[in-house]
Amino acid sequence: MTVGTRSGVRVRGLTRVFGERTVLDGVDLDIAPGEFVALLGASGSGKSTLLRALAGLDGEGGGEIDVPAKRAVVYQEHRLLPWSRVWDNVVLGLSKRGLRGRDLRARAEDALAEVGLSARADAWPLTLSGGESQRVALARALVRTPDLLLLDEPFGALDALTRLNAQALVADLWAEHRPAVLLVTHDVEEALLLADRALLLADGRIAREYAVDLPRPRSMDDPRFVALRRDLLDGLGVRPVATNLTTAREAL
Amino acid sequence: MSTELLDPPRSALPRAAAPRAAARSGAVALALLRRARKVSGLVLVLALWEIGARAGWLGSTTPPLSDVAARGWEMTSSGELTDNLGVSLLRVLKGLAIGLPLGLGLGLLSGLFRVSEDIIDAPLQAVRMLPHLALVPLFIIWFGIGETSKVGLIAVGVVFPLYINVFHGIRGVDERLVESARTCGLGRIGLVRKVILPGALPQILVGLRLSLGVAWLTLVVVEQSATASGIGFVINQATQFLQMDTVFLVLVVYALLGVSTDLLVRLVERRVLAWRRGLVAR
Repeated sequence: MTVGTRSGVRVRGLTRVFGERTVLDGVDLDIAPGEFVALLGASGSGKSTLLRALAGLDGEGGGEIDVPAKRAVVYQEHRLLPWSRVWDNVVLGLSKRGLRGRDLRARAEDALAEVGLSARADAWPLTLSGGESQRVALARALVRTPDLLLLDEPFGALDALTRLNAQALVADLWAEHRPAVLLVTHDVEEALLLADRALLLADGRIAREYAVDLPRPRSMDDPRFVALRRDLLDGLGVRPVATNLTTAREAL
Repeated sequence: MSTELLDPPRSALPRAAAPRAAARSGAVALALLRRARKVSGLVLVLALWEIGARAGWLGSTTPPLSDVAARGWEMTSSGELTDNLGVSLLRVLKGLAIGLPLGLGLGLLSGLFRVSEDIIDAPLQAVRMLPHLALVPLFIIWFGIGETSKVGLIAVGVVFPLYINVFHGIRGVDERLVESARTCGLGRIGLVRKVILPGALPQILVGLRLSLGVAWLTLVVVEQSATASGIGFVINQATQFLQMDTVFLVLVVYALLGVSTDLLVRLVERRVLAWRRGLVAR
């Protein structure tokens, strides 16, 4: 794994085997600096494995990975330390970069303001709602000004309304900061609302690639959006019988 | 030892009172009622003791509560109780001063490093299976009948509950939190300081409570024989002369000592585990 030679991502021939099972089988992936890429695939297709490899959390894969040094991850669960106050969580691990007390606090407050949570800086994480926790996790990622932001189904545990708001927030933050983003999701609409490109992971490889060149902000009513969604669902092997979107999503 | 939960699950906590005055005064009344109910059981037992002993239902060898209290007052004024209590407290404190750091240190070593776990854990688990009170005769032969054997035995007894809870507390820290803290750029020392130790703290405090309980238990046993001071000596003397009020007095003192150390740890818990109750500190 090479780190920091570029501000985009370049992966060649990434292979990862768990026991007998080959989860990733020669994945090639490029993400340009500032590009938003969504990675779709059925459960167990290796989406999260690929993300973990890019995050540097899995040292056992074979192949070439070249990623920026400044990376941040947001997981499906917020993973905030319950014994540290919200602002402390946001700047976790930053103190050794020469930042001290008041600067740190100011950095945390700026980041929290961006996700609309300045008022909760001194709260304990256990007092936050699911959506608030996930926004804090986003703030914690953004405060590091990453060149690559890795989102591992970050909205998966949120209720439908909160999810829509969180997606809009991510779109705004991305437009503002422009990191390269890899969003792992199984939600086709989410991918189409946010990403420049949607990749389909199947049988351990990037099986298909869809360019999402719709104007932003995007609407789910756009006929091109509907057509793309149909395409993607076909690619995922969801039969057109499922007219209801919810059933389609559940089938994934 | 108290069987009350360390900290009730958050769902079991009473909901925060609504800001409306009526609701709040209702909540206050309810809280007072609960407190009164909690005390009422104890008061009832004490009252039954007093009445039962006066009426002679409890036999001729059980003095009423008021006699025990009077005896306590007497022995406190004469200094007999306080002097001996001082001696006993010192024994426990010395034992804790040796045993607690040892248990904590070994637990940290085992919990944080695989190498030290392999070396430390097996012998400690083996020795733990041996009831440490069975070592009383051995300690007397090794260290004589003086303070050393008593303090030593308290120290030994205290090590194990703390060791085990520190070890398991550390191993029980959520792996996902460790992983995400690592991706946030925390180094090894930072991980231990900000993630592993705070995560293990609730369990470590459980160990502390258990250890304190063991310390009192050991004190009772080591003061049973070969001693001329301490509250154990007082109760032994009193038994020989059938001074039942003194016997009961010492029992009450033992109970109070146990309860007060437990309260102390709970006070510490309330402060350092404030995040668990989800309270915003003011």
